[in-house]
Amino acid sequence: MTIPAHAPEQLKNWNRPRIIEPGGDGDLLEVAMGPHHPSTHGVFRMDVALDGERVIRLKPVFGYLHRNHEKIAESVSYLASMPYTDRLDYICSLTNNWAYALAVEKLTSQEVPERAEYLRVILGELTRIQNHASSIGFLIQEMGASGTPLMYAFREREKILDLFEALTGSRMMCNYMRFGGCRVDASAAWLDAARKVVAGLPGFVDEFDQLLSSNEILMARTQGVGILRPELAVNAGVTGPMLRASGINYDIRKVDSYGIYNRFPFRVPLGDHWDVYDRFMIRMLEMRESIKIVEQALKDIPAGPVMDPKAKIRGFRPKAGEAYGRIEAPKGELGFYLISDGGPNPYRYRVRPPSLINLTVLEDMCLGSDIADVVLIFGSVDIVLGEVDR
Amino acid sequence: MPGAGVGIVSNPGPSGQHSLRLNPSHAAAVAKFLRDDAELALDFLSNVTGVDWPDKEIAEKVKVSKAVDGVEQTVEETRKRVEPGCLEVVYHLFSVARKHGPVILRMRTVNRTDQVELPSLTSIWRSAEFQEREVFDLYGVVFTGHPDLRRLLMWDEFTDHPMRRDYVEPDDFEYEPTAHDAVAARAAAHQEPREGKVAGQ
Repeated sequence: MTIPAHAPEQLKNWNRPRIIEPGGDGDLLEVAMGPHHPSTHGVFRMDVALDGERVIRLKPVFGYLHRNHEKIAESVSYLASMPYTDRLDYICSLTNNWAYALAVEKLTSQEVPERAEYLRVILGELTRIQNHASSIGFLIQEMGASGTPLMYAFREREKILDLFEALTGSRMMCNYMRFGGCRVDASAAWLDAARKVVAGLPGFVDEFDQLLSSNEILMARTQGVGILRPELAVNAGVTGPMLRASGINYDIRKVDSYGIYNRFPFRVPLGDHWDVYDRFMIRMLEMRESIKIVEQALKDIPAGPVMDPKAKIRGFRPKAGEAYGRIEAPKGELGFYLISDGGPNPYRYRVRPPSLINLTVLEDMCLGSDIADVVLIFGSVDIVLGEVDR
Repeated sequence: MPGAGVGIVSNPGPSGQHSLRLNPSHAAAVAKFLRDDAELALDFLSNVTGVDWPDKEIAEKVKVSKAVDGVEQTVEETRKRVEPGCLEVVYHLFSVARKHGPVILRMRTVNRTDQVELPSLTSIWRSAEFQEREVFDLYGVVFTGHPDLRRLLMWDEFTDHPMRRDYVEPDDFEYEPTAHDAVAARAAAHQEPREGKVAGQ
């Protein structure tokens, strides 16, 4: 763009960046990426210092979506927080429900009927499939393939969300699990519909895999980018697909085998290059394993109640004590820590957000890489700001 | 480890998750041991959180002998005693290498006002970095030795700690985009009077 000679002074400097003097080291360029950057899936800022195109420093800035979820939950009854957990990671509301229900069940030593456990597994794994599909779609979108792969993912996601809507009444804000079971039973027609959707999923994953996994541009952009060493990943509390892409075999479904996960044989895919491509690939492989789990659960699901008839959902007062319950949510370890003082509200309610804690290593992964790769590395973490800021 | 001052805090609830209370002055050494010991190998710090225990007023009845009308009598008297509060930080540890856990660590500050320092465990587990910042932000625990102790969720100019039990929100707090009634009246105190406009409307 050429600027006419008679233009005012500010216009001539339209593209001059703000230079900070780091004291003899040369000029660094400070860029605030966000809070409205399209790759940030919400409002999130990274204060990046650049030397040319290389990242010298990167500080994440949080809190734009902070509404103090924990404080609100401490001022209402246990049940009243259940719909609010949908809003943490709004892509995966059902796994949020599950983690919270699990923590309260630990606090009150509440049993869950068989059928409800199966329904939880079916819904949890369907949630994982649609999360991983859209997360891959977003990652490819951030690489510049605007729309097409994401729409393939969303086409499939919409089928799963239709199932959620038919069962729970809502596509995304499901509010379905209860302490000691699930809110409503699934009809035989719903189970048939779910079987039909699940039967189409392997074809989708094959198609998605063939379209993307050996794509030259994707490989060139992601391989060897954003390497996260396994020892740092463990030390920094990274969980979920990110940890497994760094080659650490740690899946809470296997380790804790909460619910009935010990009844389903499934493999835990692991990465061995620890880069963005591995994170992409792990999600692709986990979708296949999840499909296997859902297929088996839909085959084995027994008849019976979905709620323990003796379960108290409303107005109960757990004995004084505390409990930490955690599940393998699609983004990592989602935990709820509850302290009861014997009252109707939790004395302390804490969400252990995988999205926030996985960002601890963002700077380590980005240092020394190009600014264009920051967007990719950030996308491969797979976060939702509703959970980061709570 | 002699003199480490580690005590067991039992959990009365049914979850059976008991915890260890650490003496803050030895916490770093104990934490390092827990991480590096081959049997324990607690290499994964999952969750860090704060808990606020405000000052508690306890009323108890005490029998006192008193001279009533010149006669020595035993009288029951209600006395109020204030149990000083504290801020507590809870760490949930797991082992990725040996796949066990949780081991729960707790540390308490001396009080809630001026002695709120606790040692940071970020140098032992990096995952404490953001979470300790969050506890500092929302509870006001000052972690000594933390590499970058700034507010995490609230903005830097904010002064209070909103997760404390006795937190009172400032009355110019703009939580309603179209303020009315009580909120509008409260907001009015912070608005400049303007001609032709009633403050708070």
